[in-house]
Amino acid sequence: MKIAIQAGDFDAGSEIGKISKDSKIGAVASFVGLVRDVEMTLEHYPGMTERAIGRIVEEAKARWQVMDCTVIHRYGALKPNDQIVLVAVASGHRGDAFAACEFIMDYLKTQAPFWKKEQTGEGARWVEAKAADDKATERWR
Amino acid sequence: MRLKVRVLYFASVRERLGRDAEEIELPADVSTIAGLRSHLRARGGAWADTLVESRLLRTALNQDMAQPAAAIKAGDEVAFFPPVTGG
Repeated sequence: MKIAIQAGDFDAGSEIGKISKDSKIGAVASFVGLVRDVEMTLEHYPGMTERAIGRIVEEAKARWQVMDCTVIHRYGALKPNDQIVLVAVASGHRGDAFAACEFIMDYLKTQAPFWKKEQTGEGARWVEAKAADDKATERWR
Repeated sequence: MRLKVRVLYFASVRERLGRDAEEIELPADVSTIAGLRSHLRARGGAWADTLVESRLLRTALNQDMAQPAAAIKAGDEVAFFPPVTGG
């Protein structure tokens, strides 16, 4: 299991390659979130961020077979096309890997203390939380 | 015994208040996060506006998401911030 909150970029392929080599693992599902078309700064709550993601991963492990898991989330200044987040989940079969990966992303969106501030032509503005993200979290309850 | 809590502010809340952290000595009648929010609101100005009840804010107690009714005690860390937007 690996949880990293970092300013620097990550190599998704290399991170997936570092997933446990347990021969019972038959599937690795991964998700990479990217910056769309605006420059932004990501702020977070050091300490709570790692803790919140750790709890989300524990919850995923309680629901599905999660044999290894890597979550990396960046903070600081990010440009269009930059990678923001990686979630990779290893399991015996694809069903659990896909479900746990999506669950972790959905919960991360509403439970992990990150805030995006976009730099637009009219100046900087804090991104508003989306009701759709709350709905995506709710459906797992 | 003095009852002090550490209070943190993030993102738009931090900017509006012009402060990211402080130590607060709690009055005897403040025992919950909601009570602390009301106590801070009484400072007036940006505090009254930013922490107004109609504004949807999230709160954390000792680095876990917490509800307004959560009890607070000496040494706790309480944080006020807008709904999160990571991922």
